[in-house]
Amino acid sequence: MDEQTRNILEILEEDARIVPEEIAALTGMTVEEVEQKIEYLEKAKIIRQYKTIIDWELAGENYVYAIIELKVQLERKLGYQAIAERLYKFPEVRSVRLLSGEHDISITVRGNSMKQVAFFVAEKIATLDQVQSTATHFVLKTYKENGLILDEPDQVKRLAVSP
Amino acid sequence: MRTQCNPSRFISNSMQKVPPSGIRKFFDMASGSEDVISLGVGEPDYVTPWHIREACIHSIEHGETSYTSNYGLIELREEISRSYVKRHGVYYNPEEEILVTTGVSEALDLAIRAITNPGDEIIVVQPSYVAYVPSVIFAGGVPVTIGARGENDFKITAAEIEAAITDKTKAVIINYPNNPTGATIGKDELEAIADVIVEHDIMMISDDVYERLTYEGTHTCFSALEGMRDRTIMLNGFSKAYSMTGFRMAYAMAAPEIINSMMLIHQYSMLCAPITAQVGAIEALRNGEEEVGKMVREYDRRRKLIVGGLNDLGLDCFNPRGAFYAFPSIKSTGLTADEFAERLLHEQNVVTIPGDIFGDTGAGHLRCAYAASREDIKEALDRISTFVDGL
Repeated sequence: MDEQTRNILEILEEDARIVPEEIAALTGMTVEEVEQKIEYLEKAKIIRQYKTIIDWELAGENYVYAIIELKVQLERKLGYQAIAERLYKFPEVRSVRLLSGEHDISITVRGNSMKQVAFFVAEKIATLDQVQSTATHFVLKTYKENGLILDEPDQVKRLAVSP
Repeated sequence: MRTQCNPSRFISNSMQKVPPSGIRKFFDMASGSEDVISLGVGEPDYVTPWHIREACIHSIEHGETSYTSNYGLIELREEISRSYVKRHGVYYNPEEEILVTTGVSEALDLAIRAITNPGDEIIVVQPSYVAYVPSVIFAGGVPVTIGARGENDFKITAAEIEAAITDKTKAVIINYPNNPTGATIGKDELEAIADVIVEHDIMMISDDVYERLTYEGTHTCFSALEGMRDRTIMLNGFSKAYSMTGFRMAYAMAAPEIINSMMLIHQYSMLCAPITAQVGAIEALRNGEEEVGKMVREYDRRRKLIVGGLNDLGLDCFNPRGAFYAFPSIKSTGLTADEFAERLLHEQNVVTIPGDIFGDTGAGHLRCAYAASREDIKEALDRISTFVDGL
């Protein structure tokens, strides 16, 4: 990856709302160059989406998250892809990951209550033909999400002038 | 009745030759102000990377709280030696050619004291860090300042150094990338300087603390130049590259005779650097490269932001290729750097440091440290714009 591309990706990963003019000021590129580069990165699907990390708890929405570990039975010729496709189509399922180790797949589910999540897992996930067993772990608190520390303590203040 | 004591009568002559740092005035002014945006801090705004802090905590938990060798932990000296071989292809024997110190400031003081006899002249290239001249005076030496000029991108030339050399000259102190200008210097230019150093049989003290913060071109290590290894005292540290200012971790590298003399002073004054900080420094060298890369890329973005912003305001700013300082000229405003910085602080609550504090050729310039958040840099530029428009 060239330095300009890395620069743009790092800047956008940190702040998706930053405008091309600002990226240009930070990179020494022209605004047109920045816009062209971003367009290319979007078309190449290197930039997949612009998202916002929201602290829903602070916003007063008490969503319930659970991490469900699954053991699955593979279908001949289809492998893990088939079960993954079944799983990621549910809107309640926020992420799907293939794992090594004791379990095969981990999914993250979001719901409005523990009861709703529990029923969703029992009725929609556990009953899938390929699913052999599930282990549900409710998330009690999120400290860090996508690299962002959500309840970071205040930083120590620097002096205004070096002594 | 006993006569009253007058303590100032006991102060040494060398102390009386040293004026207080000009930065102090701005430190005091800024301390009382609210809502201050500071471009006055020569310190990274990152907290030390967690893996370094964690290594220190682990070390304390395991009871590593003792003295170390006067030279510093051998593991640390070995890592330092390896890092110089890797980056510059120059080898220093960790047993006898490397001394771990508490900050480059101590290393500088030791280096000057180790080689200076009363009356010896030490050439200080300015604009430069404010401690160089006082350190020479404290050692009983005579500082001879020469100025790198803005029209030459604040690079000193071999001819300018040669013109300042006399029979009493013992050494030259240079600092690239430079505080306060951000200037760097190329290999060819350093080779020409090396020729002068050899011809006049003097030494070089090279303060490379900003070495890792080089954004354009590659940094040339003076002691890696042919024939320069034993004529150079290399000073370097962890404060800037690894964001470890409070750890006070640095080192000096030189020929065994020089390092041994420096160690003698260190042995009877500091004794050794703190072990916890040394453990952190080992971790930084072993596993810190990725963090250094991230910080350097971010400083580079801020560099472009502030230099572009200052030029847009009409404050002509040459392109700094290293360190984290922009050094714009404010001559177009008709104010002196001191007037500009003082009024900017009072009227807009932005701290900058007048360039002449760092040497005469810094007059008419401001040191603006961009080791501040992008938001602070943008806000500072807005406030400077308001200030300049109101002149």
